Amino acid sequence: MIRARGLAMRYGPKRIFDGLELDVERGGFVLVTGPNGAGKTTLLRLVAGLVAPTGGEIAVDATRAQLGFLAHEPLVYRELTPLENLDMYGRLYRVAERRERIGMLLERFDLWDARNERTSSFSHGMLQRLALCRVLLHEPELVLLDEPFAGLDSEGSELLDRELASRRGNATFLVATHEPERLAHLSTGSLAFA
Amino acid sequence: MSGYFADVATLARKDLLLELRGRDTLPAMLLFVSAALVIFHFALPSGTGELAGLGLLWVAIVFTALLGLSRVFVAEREQNVLDGLVLAPSDRSAIWFGKALAALAFLALAEVIALPLFALFFSGMDAATVAAVALADIGICAVGVFVAAMSIATRARELLLPVLFLPLAIPVIVGGVGASVTDSPGRYFAFLALYDALFATICWASFEYVVTE
Amino acid sequence: MLLGTAIALIAFYAPLDEDGLNQKIFYFHVPIALTAYACFGWGAWKALLHLWKGRPGADLESYVSIHLGVIFAVMTLVTGSIWGRFRWGQWWLWSSKQLVLFLVLFLFYSAYFMLRFSVEPGPRRANLSAVYAIFGVVLIPISFLAIRLASDYIHPVAFDRHGPQMSGSQFLTFCVSLAAMLSLFAALYHLELAGKRIDAHLRELRELIG
Repeated sequence: MIRARGLAMRYGPKRIFDGLELDVERGGFVLVTGPNGAGKTTLLRLVAGLVAPTGGEIAVDATRAQLGFLAHEPLVYRELTPLENLDMYGRLYRVAERRERIGMLLERFDLWDARNERTSSFSHGMLQRLALCRVLLHEPELVLLDEPFAGLDSEGSELLDRELASRRGNATFLVATHEPERLAHLSTGSLAFA
Repeated sequence: MSGYFADVATLARKDLLLELRGRDTLPAMLLFVSAALVIFHFALPSGTGELAGLGLLWVAIVFTALLGLSRVFVAEREQNVLDGLVLAPSDRSAIWFGKALAALAFLALAEVIALPLFALFFSGMDAATVAAVALADIGICAVGVFVAAMSIATRARELLLPVLFLPLAIPVIVGGVGASVTDSPGRYFAFLALYDALFATICWASFEYVVTE
Repeated sequence: MLLGTAIALIAFYAPLDEDGLNQKIFYFHVPIALTAYACFGWGAWKALLHLWKGRPGADLESYVSIHLGVIFAVMTLVTGSIWGRFRWGQWWLWSSKQLVLFLVLFLFYSAYFMLRFSVEPGPRRANLSAVYAIFGVVLIPISFLAIRLASDYIHPVAFDRHGPQMSGSQFLTFCVSLAAMLSLFAALYHLELAGKRIDAHLRELRELIG
């Protein structure tokens, strides 16, 4: 599903990584580990297609409609409510039975009660959960998660654990994380950044 | 095809909603244009005639538009939401199109106040001017939103916007002022229409490259 | 290349004896202007290649071309101003459509450099520059049209185009001068391009080592 050969990324004089090789088969669950600034986020952004590599090549067998990306930021509008945000994304992704799916996801991530509040009043954890709703809204086949547990309290983390476990077989995952032990039971492979 | 326009509508509606919630850009534009008109009264020595006033009206419109345009991508930039829009399966040009429509709405609203105000303070307002304003707005918003998207990708951000926008706005000024002050505005209408068609097309066709790599 | 330029430049000094000094400027001014257009056009073409075909190196070629274009544009403004001073006693002529057009283009393409210097080198910068270069080339005819239309309500009196109809020898001189300017552009273009490419190679080597 994802294949990278000799992938290199450079920002001006700073070299992020060089000669990276990656193979992720369909249905795989690959962890990307390493310290901050090592290039985990950059790799995910490359796979998502948000940036172009400075060297090498990368092939991703998923269209934008099949891809879900959890970034560092929640990518939601602060002045809008969860419902409005998800409705917009739902329309753009042509989600079938949009309203039902939004409702279901908000409930599953315990955001239903806050559905009509502006996200500017949300806590870090709530924003992260909303972002997860955004990512999973269109049932993506390739899910890219950048530090999915960041900002989540124990409840939120449990919700996420459950969610990932249930989706394990239906999609391909590439997860950048600080705590690989947490997801070790799901993973089929890992890539370590120095 | 219908999907494309649905996307445009979704995004335009989102932008209008954002402004409704934020309520900062439009009031600022209204206040700005009103203040500008008052300043023009003091800036026009007696004997300069009403045509000078009309010329200044166009200056006011362009700079009011600039004020609004500096805010069009603020929400996307601050929370990096633009990534979310770019990742969506919709055509990237829909982002430009939707936002340009919303910007057009704001500019038109500002002019709904500005034009009667101008007619009140000065003389020389006529149907040709109003029509020219309408035509010019299209070009201003199409190019302005496009250039605003370019400027937020830079380090200088909003500082770059006037620098990029104003040279491109010169033909609009010519078309607008020409239509307002001369006796044969037809040529200028045609010119504005040409500008609108031409630049809207290249904006639409190349927006993809402004937001992707 | 450079030799050809030099020869051409010297050659056109010859048939100029009968004209006054201001006419001489004219033989510089218009070819320089035309060459500037060529620079911007070439830059836009390279920009298009970059966007459509993804040709590596097209961005650099586009940049160099536009860079030279701005230099030629400034020369156009300077020579035009000098010519105006000699012909009509003014340093600036709003009535000269060519001059006004170049003023607008100068503003526009100066912004090109501001844009370029405000973005990190990379695909983003290349894309933005390319799009802007294409806008520029569309702006040229539109601006010219605009200036023509504007002259109707700004200055009811319209000055004629540059100078009288050209006689045979003058036309030849003009063509030679044009060829000289264009080959000057080509020479500088290749020179600057080579220089920048060497710079890029050096930088790459430095990174590999460091």
